[in-house]
Amino acid sequence: MKLPAMKLPTWREVTTEARLLLIGIPVFIWTMVPIYHMFLFAISPKEDAFSGKLWPDHPTLHNFEIVFREQHYFLRDFYIQFWNSLVIAVAVGALTLFIATAAAFSISRLRVPGGRMLMNLALFTYFIPAAFLAVPMYRTMATYGLLNNHWSLILAMVTIASPYAIWVLKQSSDKLPVELDEAAVMDGATTLQIFRLVYLPLMMPSLVAIGTYAVLLAWNEYLYAFLLLSNDRDITLPVALGNFLAADDSPWELLMTTGFIYALPPAAIYYAFRRYMVGGLTAGAVKS
Amino acid sequence: MAITFSASDSATAGAPLSARLTPPQVWGIVLLAPYLLVFLAFVLYPVGYGLWLARQPASYVALFQDPIFARAAVNTLIFLVIGINIKMLIALFLSGFFVQERRWIRWLSVLFILPWAVPSIPTILSVRFMLNPEWGVINQLIFKFTGDDGPNWLNDPAVALAMAIGVHIWKSLPFWTLILITGRLAIPHDLFEAAAVDGATWWQKFRYITWPSMQTLYVTCTLLSMIWTLGDFNSVYLLTGGGPADLTHVLSTLGIRYLRLDQLNLAMASIVCAMPLVLPLVYFMMKRLSR
Repeated sequence: MKLPAMKLPTWREVTTEARLLLIGIPVFIWTMVPIYHMFLFAISPKEDAFSGKLWPDHPTLHNFEIVFREQHYFLRDFYIQFWNSLVIAVAVGALTLFIATAAAFSISRLRVPGGRMLMNLALFTYFIPAAFLAVPMYRTMATYGLLNNHWSLILAMVTIASPYAIWVLKQSSDKLPVELDEAAVMDGATTLQIFRLVYLPLMMPSLVAIGTYAVLLAWNEYLYAFLLLSNDRDITLPVALGNFLAADDSPWELLMTTGFIYALPPAAIYYAFRRYMVGGLTAGAVKS
Repeated sequence: MAITFSASDSATAGAPLSARLTPPQVWGIVLLAPYLLVFLAFVLYPVGYGLWLARQPASYVALFQDPIFARAAVNTLIFLVIGINIKMLIALFLSGFFVQERRWIRWLSVLFILPWAVPSIPTILSVRFMLNPEWGVINQLIFKFTGDDGPNWLNDPAVALAMAIGVHIWKSLPFWTLILITGRLAIPHDLFEAAAVDGATWWQKFRYITWPSMQTLYVTCTLLSMIWTLGDFNSVYLLTGGGPADLTHVLSTLGIRYLRLDQLNLAMASIVCAMPLVLPLVYFMMKRLSR
C-alpha cells in the first residue's frame, strides 16, 4: 500500500477510521467463522478436529486423500455423485437459457399476444416459496414416473430458475432499441436471423449472468434433490452430505472435507463472473 | 351491428390459422411454447392437483389438532417478523458501511459475499458442529476459559430457533446488503455534499436524504425476503432437523415432514394455511415488479 505524503491524520480522521474498524472486524469474523471452521476440519486429523483447537497441531491433506480415493463407507460413490451434480447443473443452465431466451425474445421483441400475461404467471411462480411448491412437485414427478430419474431434478430446477431468468432477460431486451429489429427487417432478415444475428450477440452479458445463476442454483439445491432422488448412485453431492448425518458417529472431518470440495466450484464461478452477476441480477431490483 | 360482427368473426375463424398470423407472430408462439409447456406441466398441474388434494375439511381438522402445526405456525411468524426485520436493518446499516471508500472495505466486501456464494449445506453443517455440546469448538472454548460446561445449544427450542434464524441471516445477509448498496449508490452525491455544507449531522443525512430515497426499495426487499424465507427449508432442517421434539419446525419443514410421513393431505393443508400470509405479499410484489 502506498503511504500518503507526510501528513499526520487529524483526530477526526482517526476516530472515523476506528469506528469503521469497529464495524469491519466483527463483520469479518461473523462472515468467516463457519467457513474457516469447515476449512479447519478439512485439514485436521480427527483428534485435532474434535479438540476445539483454532489451528491443528499437525495440518494434513490426509482427509482430501481419503475423499479422492473414496476410502470411506460414506464416500464410496463420491465421483459419481460429483458427476451427477455437474451434469444436472450444466443441463439446468443450458435448458433454462434456451427456454428463457426464447420466451424473452418472444415477449419483448415479437410482442406476441398473451406474452405479458404468461410472464406475470411466471413471476407468480417465482414468488411461490420453493419449499411449498416442492410438495405438489414431488407428487407430480411421481405421476409422471420421473422419481429417481435425473430429469425430475433437472425439470424441477428449470421450472424454478426460468421465471426469474425470463424476467431479467425481458428487462434487458426491452432496453435494446426497436430500430435494430426494424433495420434488420428492411434488409430482409427473417425472424430467426434477427434472433441469432442481432438479438443473441447483444444479450450476451445478461445471458452469461442468467446461465451462471441457473447453474449455481442447481448445483446448490438441496431440498428438491433430497426429495426427488434417492439411490446412492443417483443422488447429488449435497444429498450425500446430508446422508452423513444419518449415522451417530459421522466422520465429521470427512464430511467437512467433502463439503469444502463441493463449495469450491460455485465460489470460483461466482468470483469469475462477479461483474456480470452483480450488474445483471441487481439491475431490476433497484428499478422498483 | 351484432350480425356484422358475428359474420366477420366467423369469417376470420374460418380462415386457416397461419393466414391470420404474421410470420413473426408464429415464431413468437413457437418460441414461447417451451416455457408454456414447463409452466403447464410443472406449475399449473402440480398446484391444481395440490389444491384438489387439500380440499377435504377433515385434513384441516387433523392439522389443527396437531400441536406441531400450531408451534410451527408461531415459529414461522417469529422467523419472519423478528428474523427478517433484524436482517434487513443490519443490511441497511452495513450497506452504509460498505459504500465508504476504503481499500480494505472493498476487500472485505469481496469476502463478505462468500456466505451467499457457497452452498448452504456444508456451512450450515459446519455451524451445527460448532454448536455440538461436547465436541463443538464453542463449548470447548467456554470450558477452557470458565471451567464450566457450555449450554446444550440445540436442545433448547428457543435457542435452537434463534440459531436457525442466525444461520438464515448469515446466509442471506450479503445478498440484501448488496441490493441496498446499489440503492445507496443510486442517490445523487451532490445531495450529501449540500447537506455537509449546511452542517447536517450523520443522523440528519440519513433521515432526510438516504431514507426517503431508499424507503421503497427497503420495503420491497423486506417483503420479498419474507416470501422467500417462508420457503427456507435448509436453515431449520439442516441445523435442528425440526427438533428437539419437533418444536423448531417452520411451515416449510413441516410440509416436508408430512410428505415424508406419507400424509400428503396434511402437507398440502399446511401449505394452504400459509396462503393468507403469502398471497397478499405476492400480489403486492407482482404489482411492483411487472411494471
